[in-house]
Amino acid sequence: MKVGIPMEIEPKELRVAATPKTVKRLIKQGFEVRIQKDAGLKANFSNTDFEEAGAILVDSATDIYGNCDIALKVLAPSEQEIDLMKEGLVTLSYLWPAQNEALLKKLAEKKVNAIAMDAIPRISRAQKMDVLSSMANIAGYRAVIEGANHFGRFLNGQITAAGKVDPAKVLVIGAGVAGLAAIGAANSLGAIVRAFDTRGEVAEQIESMGAEFLTVNIDEDGSTSSGYSKVMSKEFIEAEMALFKEQAADVDIIITTAQIPGREAPKLILDYHVEAMKPGSVIVDLAASTGGNCAYTKNGEVYTTKNGVTILGVLDQLPNQASQLYGNNLCHLLDDMGKAANFKIDMEDDVVSRAMVTYNGEINWPPEPLPVSPQKAKVEEVVEEKPELTPAQKAKKKSIGMVIQLGVIGLFLFLLGKVAPADFMGHFTVFVLAVFVGWQVIWNVSHSLHTPLMAVTNAISGIIVIGGLLQVTTDISSPISIIAFVAILVASINIVGGFFVTHRMLKMFKK
Amino acid sequence: MISTQIQTAAYLFASILFILSLGGLSSQESAKRGVYYGIIGMLIAILATVLGDEVQGHIYIIIAIAIASFIGIIVARKVEMTSMPQLVAILHSFVGLAAVLVGFGSYLDPHTALLEGAERNIHLIEVFIGVFIGAITFTGSIIAWGKLEGKIRSKPLLYKGRHLVNIILVVTSIVLGVLFTMANGNDGLMHLVIMTAIASFIGVMLVMAIGGADMPVVVSMLNSYSGWAAAAAGFMLGNDLLIVTGALVGSSGAILSIIMCKAMNRSFLSVIFGGFGEVQIGSAEEMEGEVTSTDHEATADLLKDAKSIVIVPGYGMAVAKAQYPIFDMVQTLRKAGKQVRFAIHPVAGRLPGHMNVLLAEANVPYDIVLEMDEINEDLPATDVAMIIGANDIVNPGAQDDKSSPIYGMPVIEVWKATNVIVMKRSMATGYAGVQNPLFYKENTDMLYGDAKDSVDKINGFLKE
Repeated sequence: MKVGIPMEIEPKELRVAATPKTVKRLIKQGFEVRIQKDAGLKANFSNTDFEEAGAILVDSATDIYGNCDIALKVLAPSEQEIDLMKEGLVTLSYLWPAQNEALLKKLAEKKVNAIAMDAIPRISRAQKMDVLSSMANIAGYRAVIEGANHFGRFLNGQITAAGKVDPAKVLVIGAGVAGLAAIGAANSLGAIVRAFDTRGEVAEQIESMGAEFLTVNIDEDGSTSSGYSKVMSKEFIEAEMALFKEQAADVDIIITTAQIPGREAPKLILDYHVEAMKPGSVIVDLAASTGGNCAYTKNGEVYTTKNGVTILGVLDQLPNQASQLYGNNLCHLLDDMGKAANFKIDMEDDVVSRAMVTYNGEINWPPEPLPVSPQKAKVEEVVEEKPELTPAQKAKKKSIGMVIQLGVIGLFLFLLGKVAPADFMGHFTVFVLAVFVGWQVIWNVSHSLHTPLMAVTNAISGIIVIGGLLQVTTDISSPISIIAFVAILVASINIVGGFFVTHRMLKMFKK
Repeated sequence: MISTQIQTAAYLFASILFILSLGGLSSQESAKRGVYYGIIGMLIAILATVLGDEVQGHIYIIIAIAIASFIGIIVARKVEMTSMPQLVAILHSFVGLAAVLVGFGSYLDPHTALLEGAERNIHLIEVFIGVFIGAITFTGSIIAWGKLEGKIRSKPLLYKGRHLVNIILVVTSIVLGVLFTMANGNDGLMHLVIMTAIASFIGVMLVMAIGGADMPVVVSMLNSYSGWAAAAAGFMLGNDLLIVTGALVGSSGAILSIIMCKAMNRSFLSVIFGGFGEVQIGSAEEMEGEVTSTDHEATADLLKDAKSIVIVPGYGMAVAKAQYPIFDMVQTLRKAGKQVRFAIHPVAGRLPGHMNVLLAEANVPYDIVLEMDEINEDLPATDVAMIIGANDIVNPGAQDDKSSPIYGMPVIEVWKATNVIVMKRSMATGYAGVQNPLFYKENTDMLYGDAKDSVDKINGFLKE
């Protein structure tokens, strides 16, 4: 099986669909790898790097589209590229099938089996192939870094000889992968981070990354079975807008990440929000490419409003890093499809059948919905609650219990004293006190030494040997002596074996 | 020959040494000293007894002790640390057997015939109780040994009406006890023998009814019984040293049982009466999500990238004897500057503290071996949690699934770590027979195979 990697023809695209590392992986999976000359240059991967990794350099994309079995790309192929493709070629790339109907038609006509990496269902098994997540992770990180770059102050708070510096406040809207990555990055730079999301279920994730979860007082959950949020009701949006207004005046950096697949991004930061912000504040709009979450966002540009708020509509892609992650995602998918030896398009497979948007000349879009984050059916919990006792009542109950217990014990001892001989009472005293001593001593034994404890108690319970010692007589043939002899024997095995093995064990405990 | 007063003084000294010996186990440093206290105490006690006036037949005593020492040393030298539970169980049975024998001996002793009235009654009751406890300990421990050794299937043996049968047996024993104390001379021997048989049967059934996962409790419980048996022997012989030692051992075993039961969130009685295995198999909640598996290389890469790693060993590690390669792995990782720690659940393994001993055997320094409570709060900040041959003790269902049979049991919260690797032979359920939702979590990956092989392979990749 031959895998080919053409150069990206879009000049703004810096990424490449394979790196020397992923080439090695592909070869390990059994593929023969061909890569177009200079394909990795923009992402800082040289031709020699690829060659050293085992790839064969080819001069033109024609060679790849015409001769290989699988083509790996980043962006959706252009019409010219599709023209070069041979029938039955499998392509892996972004496709945005919902927006690119014409492209799908063209691919289907050419009988190209195209996999849309952006249509990989977001289920647990497919996480390792989820390019949206891996790219969102980079975007979230860059959002903070570039936001901080345009922000004229420290992110962390400091107390210096020259005075106190307040930490910057960052608001992250949308806690998907990008949002969470942004929260993590901002938090580790020392900023105070707040985050908003319509899905209540992400509160825990937000808090685990170190941000405060903001919410509105309307009981509506934005979760859907697709893992994305749904469009919320009017009341909810009003409350949300009010919350943003309040926050906009307070925070220094806003990072928005709200995107809905196949639709224009929702407008969340409106003109009056931007006007409420302090001069020098920064908005980083990760949804810029789909229309932007902010009213003033200009895709691909950095724009400063009249009141001094900088709005970033463009981010560095980190092409080197991004190519590596994207390439890994592709490797995982190929791995799942059976590697080179058993490569198979399995339309029964949940992942492949959903991402394979054109197959055998037919368009396979949109797929049936597949629930991702399964929601637990809300079960009405019936908990029978016992009436809570007040502490005073509890204490009273406890002390009554104690009195009764002590009374019983006292009575028992009194009765025992009445019938038992003096000798017995003496031994009994020793017994009871020894139980108390044992109780106190053993609770102090370290948990890790419980096995040695058992072995040593085994050894000392061999003290029962004394019974045998006292009973054995000079006449070994008498039943009593035989019994005593055996008793001494087994009890002594206990003593010797027990102490010896304890010693052996304890010798092993080393710091 | 020494006087009775000196003998008593020697016994007192021995008692003090025994208490110090147990007290020494509060820390690893003082524990070794503790063993020596115990040995000295034992020597003093035996010498004081043998040198006393009452003892005859010294030559037989020396022969018995010589044979026993030989056997004891051989066994203690040879036993593998993974078989410690079996050794402990069989040693318990010896104490039980000795208690039975001493009881019979004491009854047959001509001195007994000389006793009269309340003194005689009390003495006979002491003998009776001593033999009763001794016999239960004896047969119970043998069954426990068989279950641990795998000679007897570890599934609980349960039959309808077993509680009723047990009650009838106990009542019969009490009746026999009454007849026994009323019999003249040595006529009660028959009653004693029948009761011994009944108690032996009770001992067998008691342990047969208990499942494999409850073994730590059973062994601790038998430990306790062996102590009480020794104490009972002390009463019948009128020997304070035996009483003190028995009481110490008895309460030690009782405390261990309590700790184990708490660690499994179960009442002591429910364990003793057995039948944990009969609880509805599998929890009512359907498992959600998918089980994902990983390979050795990916695991090694994960470990290379991690800063802090927590390893949770279970009985599977003991079975596979994986502690040595695990130590290798830990050393490699620690050399690379990673924080590696072990988290030990109180009931991991088949004996309280079993895991600690196994890890110590493989030279794992004990300061990186932590208890459940010490490690739980650190788990959210842990990069990789590796579970090696453990199941129920890392089951999140114990915290959030009310229908789970192990609900409420304290568990190690491994799922809070960023990544979880579960090494397991298959998807089978643990001893509690409960599904483990941990395996279905998104951050959990399964690594199937024998624990030792797997760790060896990971070691290979780590050293590349």
